[in-house]
Amino acid sequence: MHDQLFWFFSIAMLLSGLLVILSRNPVNSAMFLVVAMCFMAGLFVLLEAHFLAIIQILVYAGAVMVLFLFVIMFLDLKAERRRRFRILTFGGGIIVAAAFMVKVHDVVEDMPLVAAKGVAGTTEAVGRLLFTRYLLPFEVASLLLLVAVVGVVLLSKRDLK
Amino acid sequence: MIPVVLPHYLVVSAALFSLGLAGVIIRRNALVIFMSLELMLNAANLALAAFSRYNGSLHGHVLVFFIITVAAAEVAVGLAIIVALFRRRKSVNVDELTSMRL
Repeated sequence: MHDQLFWFFSIAMLLSGLLVILSRNPVNSAMFLVVAMCFMAGLFVLLEAHFLAIIQILVYAGAVMVLFLFVIMFLDLKAERRRRFRILTFGGGIIVAAAFMVKVHDVVEDMPLVAAKGVAGTTEAVGRLLFTRYLLPFEVASLLLLVAVVGVVLLSKRDLK
Repeated sequence: MIPVVLPHYLVVSAALFSLGLAGVIIRRNALVIFMSLELMLNAANLALAAFSRYNGSLHGHVLVFFIITVAAAEVAVGLAIIVALFRRRKSVNVDELTSMRL
């Protein structure tokens, strides 16, 4: 069951990832990105990372994608649909991606095959780790979010000086 | 069929990462480039969660949590920059945004 679900989620996720970069209309790209995030959450559940699966749906498929869609609607992007992909950049992108895949395959090939160890990433377990060992990084992350909020408010002022 | 183990997850993660990489190179729309960046960040998250699962520890999950936090901040600031650029230049095509002057 685990294996069938893995193949289903992975193939569906990679297909929607492909459609993200090939759709001409940015709204379609954003929608396929939401689909890819949801399948990624499924893969997280298979990896017993339940907390991460929920966070993935809430933060990515919820908040971040709403922000993306809002900006797409805000900017009027009609010219994009008429543009064609240029053959040189298209070929370059394929070559770089393929080279990366070959490199990763070399690394993965002689990796020892170990069985999964039974640690479930529940909210309690991850939270316990987050508030003991990783307390300082957690606080720094909150500071980073504050800086981001202030920066965004400054950037969205009408007259940027 | 061989059972699914760590290398399967890593190959899927690498495939998603190369999709994002190809997207950044191929597309000229700044918004779609941003979405491709999100794909690449997600690929890294998948690899971390898989390593965590097959290593028997939860430290990878904490790192993924931080990556998601930083990605959210990055998206907010990046989209604000894109909106500010669009106001000034009326375009989000990266081929036309070549000068340093705003």
